[in-house]
Order: sequence, then structure tokens, then C-alpha cells
Amino acid sequence: MKNLVILGAGTSGTMMANHLVSKLPKKEWKITIIDQYKTHYYQPGFLFLPFDIYTSKQVKKKGAKFIPKSVRYIQEKIELIEPSKNKVLLEKGEELPYDILIIATGTKIAPEEIEGMDGPNWYKNIFDFYTYEGAKALRDKLREWEGGKLVVHITEMPIKCPVAPLEFAFLADSYFKNKGMREKVDITFVTPLGGAFTKPKATKALHYLLEEKGIKEVTDFNIERVDYENNKIIDYAETEVPYDLLVTVPTNMGDALIERSGLGDDLNYVPTHKATLQSKVHENIFAIGDATDLPASKAGSVAHFEAEILTENILRYIKGEPLKEDFDGHANCFIETGDGKALLIDFNYTQEPVEGTFPFPGVGPLQLLKESRTNHMGKMAFRWVYWNMLIKGIHIPFVSAQMSTKGKQIEQVES
Amino acid sequence: MKKVIGQKEIDVNEEGYLVDFKQWDREVCECIAGECNIVMTEKHWEVIEYIHDKHENQEPLSIRGIKKSGVINIKEFYQLFPGGPLKKATLIAGIPKPKSCI
Repeated sequence: MKNLVILGAGTSGTMMANHLVSKLPKKEWKITIIDQYKTHYYQPGFLFLPFDIYTSKQVKKKGAKFIPKSVRYIQEKIELIEPSKNKVLLEKGEELPYDILIIATGTKIAPEEIEGMDGPNWYKNIFDFYTYEGAKALRDKLREWEGGKLVVHITEMPIKCPVAPLEFAFLADSYFKNKGMREKVDITFVTPLGGAFTKPKATKALHYLLEEKGIKEVTDFNIERVDYENNKIIDYAETEVPYDLLVTVPTNMGDALIERSGLGDDLNYVPTHKATLQSKVHENIFAIGDATDLPASKAGSVAHFEAEILTENILRYIKGEPLKEDFDGHANCFIETGDGKALLIDFNYTQEPVEGTFPFPGVGPLQLLKESRTNHMGKMAFRWVYWNMLIKGIHIPFVSAQMSTKGKQIEQVES
Repeated sequence: MKKVIGQKEIDVNEEGYLVDFKQWDREVCECIAGECNIVMTEKHWEVIEYIHDKHENQEPLSIRGIKKSGVINIKEFYQLFPGGPLKKATLIAGIPKPKSCI
């Protein structure tokens, strides 16, 4: 009997367990998945929780519900990965040998990386919305907040779902408008990048959103510390941005397990071949989703496309065949723009988001890089798709793992 | 689009970033720096070299990376490339600027 071990039962790990259980012969392979937490969160919902659009119940379910019965599901903290011994060590001392290991331990916020961020004002007037706890605490704060300077801030890249902070700013604009207090709130978007939008096509098509909603932009802001006593964030150029309410996306880092095991880069992400998803650590270790160092977006849709390709590559690895270099960095994301509208973007490692129709060329019904109500309905419907199809490893019709260029306004790059 | 930098015609994007790194050389670099009101010193070249190494290894450039680079600290980085050091240093080094997905 051979062992395939999956570390992490989040979006990626759960998908891989579901894909592999039907592909690996049960008499030859035993699949084990390990995660210390009992709850599976619908993380895209964390964006909506602060604005009372989703309830806390809509974004969490018991993880066990989504793990196939024939897979061994261990709820325990993982102590160490030992690649030289092909073993994983659990907190209570159990040793799990593996023939193939899949690392799907995701990414976490690390507010402790910035001085003053998670100090005495953490969850008082400084919040994150990338955790269930943060999003819920922020919801309670927003319910009673009387207005002032709202600063939406990105600490450093890469972050999970790079557009979420921008969506947060857009939704905040709608939220305060609906509460009849928009004029009491000043919204500023602060980013370490050159702009809220950084790609030429998106900047051209979308910059009006910021102007229309009266959202100010502070760019190239690399935070050094939070001065929580005087309510301002300060960057290395001594630029100061004052706030009454700071909604920040702290530094994102891979799990501490990766650091303990000596398998990660500076941010604890696992060095991974970007087209095959085999780790650069060891040939029988694969990595997927937010846990990798891939130059793709850290997003559920990326993990979903990766899962289809990784499943095939694991089967190839078992047969001793060369791995398929198929992963192209494909991502497909709905972006809430507030007032019941959303955008849709579809892109990969090399192709920036462009205008067009999706998934059917020339037909749609979804419009790329343009605001519409249909796109918003797509984003809302996605919660159902997530719980009922995506993490169960059911293929989403008409959406391929590799990006399609059909129906898109792609300009040929001059050679 | 094309832009004459120094004596050469170079392919750049709408923001002036080089499209083809093969067209980069020290002269091009000094000209772009000049347009940013930066005079290249020995320290600037060390930073450019570090950035090129990162780019070659396909490692993203970040302030955190600069902190650990052993070449320069963050305050010095700001002094060498005032006003958006990552944006300016990548422009001068002839590689794409750090970006997000949109």
C-alpha cells in the first residue's frame, strides 16, 4: 500500500482529495489529509461579511463534510515535514510516511511583521478582513462607526486575492451611501504599488471607478510602522497617512510549518515549478494554491485550475511519465465594484486582463473588464458553485484550466 | 512604441519601461536615470546588479527583499531613487515595474 498525504484541508487540499479519490486505485493508494482546524471557510465571503451582505453562517461549514469518506482525515497540528525521510511528523508524535506529498497549507496574515500594527489598537480601530475573526470584528465596528477617515491599505505584495482591497474600498463607498452617511466618510486607498490599477488596459478601463466614487489614492507607499497613538501610518519616505479607521491587508506569509521544515523562501512559500506544480524541494513533493511561490495570483480560481493540472501530473508521476507543463497562471475573478455591479477578469502569467466576453466568445453572457449587474450575479452565485462544485472537484462547465484567448480583445505585441 | 534613448532606438511601453531587456545597456541605463534626475554612482550600480539577479531568477522585487539584500538598506534605497524607489529602480534597470493582477 502506498501513501499520498495532503497537508491542509482548505480550498486546494480539499479539491485535491476529491480529485484523487476517484483517480487513484483504492487497493494501491491510501490518501490522508491533515488540517488542525475543523472549519472550512468560504474565504471570498470575508469581503462581504463586514458590510452585512453575508452572515457569518454563510461563510463557514464543517470541513469534514467535504472530505471523501475513504480519505483518512486527521485533525491535528503538523509539526514537521522531513523530505529526506519521506515523513510527516504530527504534533502528538505520530509519524506519517508518504510516497507523494502535496503541500496545500495556504497563506496567512502576519500583522506582527509591521511595528505597531497588531498593538493595543488591533481590532479597535485597526482591522484586517482576511480572517474570519477580523472580518467579523470589522462588521461590528462598521455597524456603529460614525464616520471619519477610512484608510484601506495594502502592506506588501504578494497578497491573497490582490483585488480584494480595492473591492473593499468600492463596497465601503456603497455601504456608507446606503447608510446615508457617505459625506461623513473620507476613503483613501493606500498601496505599495504604482497605482490601484497597475496594468495599462485595466488602468484605462477602470480608473474612472475611483474618481466616480471619490476614493483617493496614495501610491508607492511602503509602510514602515503604524503610529497607533497618533492614528497614522508612516512609510520609509516619512510620508504619513492619518486614519480614524485603518483596514489593512497585513503581510501575507506561508505557514510556519514550511519555515520550521526549512522548505520555504523569505515569506515561507514553497519554491515550485510554475508549469508543473512539482516542488523544487524534492521530486515527490508537490505544492498547490497559496502555499506556492508561483508568480500567479493567490486566489481560489487559480487553485481550482491548478488542481485539474496537478491531478493529471500526479498520475503521470506515478506512472513514471514526464510531467505536463500545462499550468499557465490562469486566473478568473469577479471584482465587486459596489452598487450591485461587478467586473470579471480572466488572465494568466503573460496575458493581462482585457475586454471581451466570457465564457462564450462573442456571446458572453459575462463581460470582461466591464461593470455589469450580470457579473455581480455571477459573483453572488459563485458561493453556491464553491460549496457544491468547486471544492468537491466537479469540473465547472465551459471554463478550462488553461486560459482561452477566444472572444477577447487581445492586441498583438509588436515584435 | 519606440523611444530614442541615448543614441539608440528602444522599444518601451506607455510608461517608458523597456519591453525587451536585451536592448538595455549601461548607456541606456544612464540616460533613463538622467531623465529621473538621478546621477548613477557606484552604489546605484550595485543595486541595479542586485535587481538584475532577482529578475533573472524570476524572483519578485520587494521592499522586504531590499531589506535582506545585504546590498543596501531601505533608507539608502529611498535616497538613491527618490519618490517610488521600486518603480524608478526597475525603470532604470530595464525590467517591468512591480505590478498586481489588474
